[in-house]
Amino acid sequence: MTTPMLEIRDLHATAGETLILKGIDLVIQPGEVHAVMGPNGSGKSTLANVLAGKPGYEIVSGSVLFEGRDLSLLAPEQRAREGIFLAFQYPVEIPGVSNMYFLKQAVNAVRAHRGIEELDAMEFLQLAREKMKLVEMSDALMSRSVNEGFSGGEKKRNEILQMALLDPKLAVLDETDSGLDIDALRVIANGVNALRGPTRAMLVITHYQRLLDHIVPDFVHVLSGGRIVKSGAKELALELEEKGYGWIQAESAAG
Amino acid sequence: MPNESLEQLATRDYEFGFTTDIEMDIVEPGLSEDVIRFISAKKGEPAWMVEWRLEAFARWQKMVEPHHWAKLSYPPIDYQAIRYYAAPKKKIQLDSLDELDPELRRTYEKLGISLDEQKRLAGVAVDAVFDSVSVATTFKKELEKHGIIFCPFSEAVHKCPELVRQYLGSVVPVNDNFFAALNSAVFTDGSFVYIPPGVRCPMELSTYFRINASETGQFERTLIIADRGATVSYLEGCTAPQRDENQLHAAVVELIALDDATIKYSTVQNWYPGDAEGKGGIYNFVTKRGKCAGKRSKISWTQVETGSAITWKYPSCILLGDDSVGEFYSVALTSKRQQADTGTKMIHIGKRTRSTIVSKGISAAHGQNSYRGLVRIQKGADGARNYSQCDSLLIGSECGAHTFPYLEVANPTAKVEHEATTSKIGEDQLFYCRQRGLSEEDAVNMIVNGFCKRVLKQLPMEFAVEAQKLLGVSLEGAVG
Ligand SMILES: Nc1ncnc2c1ncn2[C@@H]1O[C@H](COP(=O)(O)OP(=O)(O)OP(=O)(O)O)[C@@H](O)[C@H]1O
Ligand SMILES: [Mg+2]
Repeated sequence: MTTPMLEIRDLHATAGETLILKGIDLVIQPGEVHAVMGPNGSGKSTLANVLAGKPGYEIVSGSVLFEGRDLSLLAPEQRAREGIFLAFQYPVEIPGVSNMYFLKQAVNAVRAHRGIEELDAMEFLQLAREKMKLVEMSDALMSRSVNEGFSGGEKKRNEILQMALLDPKLAVLDETDSGLDIDALRVIANGVNALRGPTRAMLVITHYQRLLDHIVPDFVHVLSGGRIVKSGAKELALELEEKGYGWIQAESAAG
Repeated sequence: MPNESLEQLATRDYEFGFTTDIEMDIVEPGLSEDVIRFISAKKGEPAWMVEWRLEAFARWQKMVEPHHWAKLSYPPIDYQAIRYYAAPKKKIQLDSLDELDPELRRTYEKLGISLDEQKRLAGVAVDAVFDSVSVATTFKKELEKHGIIFCPFSEAVHKCPELVRQYLGSVVPVNDNFFAALNSAVFTDGSFVYIPPGVRCPMELSTYFRINASETGQFERTLIIADRGATVSYLEGCTAPQRDENQLHAAVVELIALDDATIKYSTVQNWYPGDAEGKGGIYNFVTKRGKCAGKRSKISWTQVETGSAITWKYPSCILLGDDSVGEFYSVALTSKRQQADTGTKMIHIGKRTRSTIVSKGISAAHGQNSYRGLVRIQKGADGARNYSQCDSLLIGSECGAHTFPYLEVANPTAKVEHEATTSKIGEDQLFYCRQRGLSEEDAVNMIVNGFCKRVLKQLPMEFAVEAQKLLGVSLEGAVG
């Protein structure tokens, strides 16, 4: 048996002082795409933040193993360099720092960690150009400050571009589809699909079936009240679209 | 919690905190007419220079330290406890750099200034002021070919007394302020520059100041004159050893630009800032002022202030000539317990005079950072324009940033614009960077450099790199 990419066991975690995740179990193998759905406030972003190691989010019990290693021992930047990528629900603006420069620094930090030679400005530009095509990113956005004044859709594109450049093993996409128009949704989904592969796993957080029409998941999980209350194949998402979350919540309360 | 970092403030060792063991020629602490005569005699100064100093001293005695208006707090300074003269004993008059005291030379090497290196590679002419005297001026011959005078101030008094007499105190009068008066009385050395008409100085001119002896004040005097159509770029770097007591630095810099002349004056100030508890560090009380005396003349100040326990400094421009231009680009960083009250004055007198102020204040740890700037448009300054931008960046929650803009407009045709922002390096920004694989320290440096870009761009290339490094070093331990 191969080691799972990600193995979450009975995870309890707090955000601030509050217990939000109340016993999550989830195993993701390399090459798999898992969708996580669930009502607002159910803990989806909290799960993403716990995986990425955001300060203020603490594991109180249970375990999270990434390729068999205890994630809680790694600082956020170490997790990133090891191959965990989080596409943020709300990407942060960094005034004064050009997007191109930021991406180059990030790529080189990750490369240095992986023992690959760092890229100089020209080499990086070449790589960036290639990946920019993937998400139809314009040159203009590269010379502007990171996310500053970017439209919602541009920010999301930038997240996927970063994912493409950083070449992660596990990508967590937190509502990357929210706020996208139909064309942008297709562009981003195509970008994500291009990055699917046997060695990469993805955890796709979304509210909408329309994203899953493009990025077809292997598994769908429903998070509610800090627990995975139902898991299934891709058809589960369609059922949710149709019936909402009420029936599952009722079912799990009864069960 | 390993990540609750912005609040945690540590210290980092001051990289330049070594002292140099050299035989010194030192006066006992204290200030009197006798001490002034002693300094003057050491320099072999002419009678008029002694008179000038004594007059400044007489005025200084009647003045009070400006303790009330600047947003700085520090214990009273005992002016009788300071030594006003300290000089390396050996070989002050040098014919070549090879004669430089080897210890002294090592000091410069530790500072990253290898004079030889500079000479060979950078094409930068260097005057190094060590405590009270200039010890080496490189490239003298090369500059002489162009008729440029670049020498220690004490030499200029003999070499071109007319120029010194004409311009010394013409921009900063002896009684201008308490610290300027003190400097006028006791200044020990500094640099003098004269660029003849029409000459574009073929290299950067540079002075490195270092305070070494303990209980010693440093009072240097710099005078730069760009004659008609002349152009010069001048760089100033400063360091001091790490000591528990505070040391006073009270310099005066005067710049004069005649018709169509341009002076660019850049400073990277890295005096010892004191430790995390606020012990030690340099008190930096400096008067810098330029006079755009001629038409279409231009004076541009760029400063990167990372050191000193206290910084009190307002590089200013008097825009007298019609169509003259004044600029002030500043980065001031306060970390540990550092305090800075810095800014500029732009005095518009001539017609269509223009000024630009770009100030970037960074506060970390317990640092307190104030921008204080005056824009005065006088009655005759038709069509004068000013643009000011003052931005503050906060790192952590124990530090402070303050902005005190003063605006006096006496001419209705003037246009004045002022923009100010305050931002904070947020936990979210740092996490975002870390999630992309950057260390927290690299993330902070990247954000800080981005914040300062507009100012750093003004510095000559090698200096910009040095300044960036210094900002990084000064912030180390302020996060993480
Ligand atoms: N840092 C924090 N401090 C306190 N409470 C928090 C913190 N972060 C999240 N929470 C709370 O945890 C709960 C789950 O939030 P989370 O952002 O994980 O929900 P979500 O499932 O992503 O919702 P949405 O679909 O609206 O994005 C919410 O009640 C939220 O207010
Ligand atoms: Mg969310």
